[in-house]
Amino acid sequence: MKGIHRLVAGILGVGLILSGCGCRSHGVKIGGPGGLQEIPVGDFSSLTGDTATFGTSTHNGLALAIEQANAAGGVKDLPIKLYTEDDQSMPDVARTVVTKLITEDHVIAVVGEVASTRSLAAAPICQQYKIPMITPASTNPAVTQKGDYIFRTCFTDDFQAAVMAHFARDQGYKRVAVFKDIRNDYSMGIAKIFEAEFTNLGGTITGEQTYQEGDTDFKAQLNSLKGQNPDAVLIPGYYSEVGTIARQAREIGLNVPLLGCDGWDSPKLIQAAGNALNGCYFSDHYFSKDIKDPAMQKFFADYKAKYGYSPDALAALGFDAGNLLVDALKRAKSLTPADLRDAIATTKDFPGITGKITIDANRNARKAAIIMKIVGEKKVLYKVYTPEEIDQ
Amino acid sequence: MRIFIQQLIFGIQLGSLYALIALGYTMVYGVLSLINFAHGDVYMVGAYIGFYACTYWLPFQRISADPHAAVMNIVLAVVVLLLSMLMCGALGVVIERFAYRPLRNGLGITDAHFWGFALSLPVAFHFHLFHKVSDGAGRFLFGIMWFLLIGVIVGYALRPVIRWISLRTVLSPSRLNALITAIGVSLLLENGGWLVFGPNPEFIGTMVPEKNFKILGGVIINSSQLAILVISLILMLILRHIVLHTRTGKAMRAISHDIEAAKMMGINTDKVISVTFAIGGALAGAGGMMVGVLTHVQITPLFGLLPGIKAFVAAVIGGPGNIPGAVLGGIIMGVAEAFVGGSSFSTYRDAIAFTILIIILLVRPAGLLGRNVAEKV
Repeated sequence: MKGIHRLVAGILGVGLILSGCGCRSHGVKIGGPGGLQEIPVGDFSSLTGDTATFGTSTHNGLALAIEQANAAGGVKDLPIKLYTEDDQSMPDVARTVVTKLITEDHVIAVVGEVASTRSLAAAPICQQYKIPMITPASTNPAVTQKGDYIFRTCFTDDFQAAVMAHFARDQGYKRVAVFKDIRNDYSMGIAKIFEAEFTNLGGTITGEQTYQEGDTDFKAQLNSLKGQNPDAVLIPGYYSEVGTIARQAREIGLNVPLLGCDGWDSPKLIQAAGNALNGCYFSDHYFSKDIKDPAMQKFFADYKAKYGYSPDALAALGFDAGNLLVDALKRAKSLTPADLRDAIATTKDFPGITGKITIDANRNARKAAIIMKIVGEKKVLYKVYTPEEIDQ
Repeated sequence: MRIFIQQLIFGIQLGSLYALIALGYTMVYGVLSLINFAHGDVYMVGAYIGFYACTYWLPFQRISADPHAAVMNIVLAVVVLLLSMLMCGALGVVIERFAYRPLRNGLGITDAHFWGFALSLPVAFHFHLFHKVSDGAGRFLFGIMWFLLIGVIVGYALRPVIRWISLRTVLSPSRLNALITAIGVSLLLENGGWLVFGPNPEFIGTMVPEKNFKILGGVIINSSQLAILVISLILMLILRHIVLHTRTGKAMRAISHDIEAAKMMGINTDKVISVTFAIGGALAGAGGMMVGVLTHVQITPLFGLLPGIKAFVAAVIGGPGNIPGAVLGGIIMGVAEAFVGGSSFSTYRDAIAFTILIIILLVRPAGLLGRNVAEKV
């Protein structure tokens, strides 16, 4: 018996050591606001985990913006220092790392997260410590409703879902089915608004089915959707499942176009889907290689020079969030979180590469959206919708 | 009607996979009365072996118009299947030999070396000696060399410790000890998976040509689904042959009746138990590889968690220790999941699967095909 106990203790010991490997520590400590030698800015992103390409893209874009700002002399003669934490695509970890950024690294602003679920986890902490938080790409409306320190520099799901509803009508689809991820705030939010808007526009929702992040077999649900004979199926999910869903849809002979939103935007989408997504559409942020805008083309070149591959829309959003933050830091009366908050809140017509950014009373940005079409294994710009068109 | 038959086909295909995993649970339960919780993770390793073999190890070609490439890829896919079965079978044996056997028979000198390697793993990771396979073969192999070197040194250092422990061990074969160890092995494989395979989900692209077949009245069967179904069936028939018509199978059945009596009849029980774990591991490996390569789902280190639990439920439904029962249980689970998933209650499909388990256990506590045996206390 004794031996066995020791064995168990040994296993536990191994486990402890294994779990201890993940820690990292920062050597630099910052003094109080009086003795700043640099401007500490926090960044929490999903660099690993289920949606790793999201966080990697926004982080890369943000880091590029900060690097360019520092090369141009920094802000108020101080360089900006970016503290980056990986939340492993998990809301609990996001909560922990944001607390660490604020209490240990003493950052004066936090930029972070693509996934709304993780932004929603971190926002109350930033609000509690009164540190401004800018989410570059979380589209769920609830994120900025967490408090007056939470900002967003992209459009919201309300807008994105309305765009998809208009697009579905413009394409002549009469009957659309919805397949949503029940454990994802983003997916549920879009599905709800799309259904309301599309019905308003005279379309019919034939029915809806649900899946959960991490599921591997979707054929039963897809087969039931197929039985409803829709003209198209809306799948407001993340690329990690959409590829598999698309393949299985084609396997069971569901050959209608699939519609998606910005959660589809990932280089891994095509890898997962093969050619199953040929002829499908998704709404995305105003960013494409096909848009001939000098600022956007310069960003393409700079990004490719630094990282060796082309940016996606999320990288551009990270870049815009970083530049907007730099702009607000320059305009802020002092480098305190409260003054910085006021500066961000008064941002007007900031020339981002993904569109002009004006922060409205609800701390959201209003920007145009594009529709991307998947042709073979390529994504091409198909259509642009401005906020004015949707409002009509 | 079309939808009904279509869902039935999906259910049977899904169920055949659950059955493959459930067979491993039920066989181990039969010989050892042990619930091998690490079994679902062996399935996960099978999928990763499929991924690495398809992406890095074997010369798969992009299938396009070239019919030769397609045929070649099918041959290679069979090789991957066998490779996955072989490696997962070996993993099953290693798990049994070093995690479960010491609990039955006490520690030996070989265990010192195993734990040497096991301890070398976190040490090597802590000093960043390991590299992912994707970092390049050279760096990966260099990491392995360090791991082996540290493992050998620690193993020799552990020898006196293990001897000291084994001299003072009083064996009390308790099911609880084995069960907790099984959970520990499962956690080790999952968390070790994060380190070895990396945390980013992997996908296997289209390796084998796929085709949809239309049968009676618009019901569609995909070639990949058909392949999963047929391969599962073949493996089950082979298993049936082994259990019913070979000496090892006879020994297995003898052990599941009474391990002590089997020992007295001169059966090398340890060897037969090893074979049982090898077969179970190979079946799980085949299942993991087929799901990864043929259905293109994302593979993560927690890939085996839910299928493992469902297969365990399938084994319990059929009657633990009963081989036809595991297959029946697997099919029931799969069909139930497909029908609930296709209805408007799709959100509750896991809940309903477990409700089925509860109802069946209320009516037949020993499972559908299990026999009620009064246990002496």
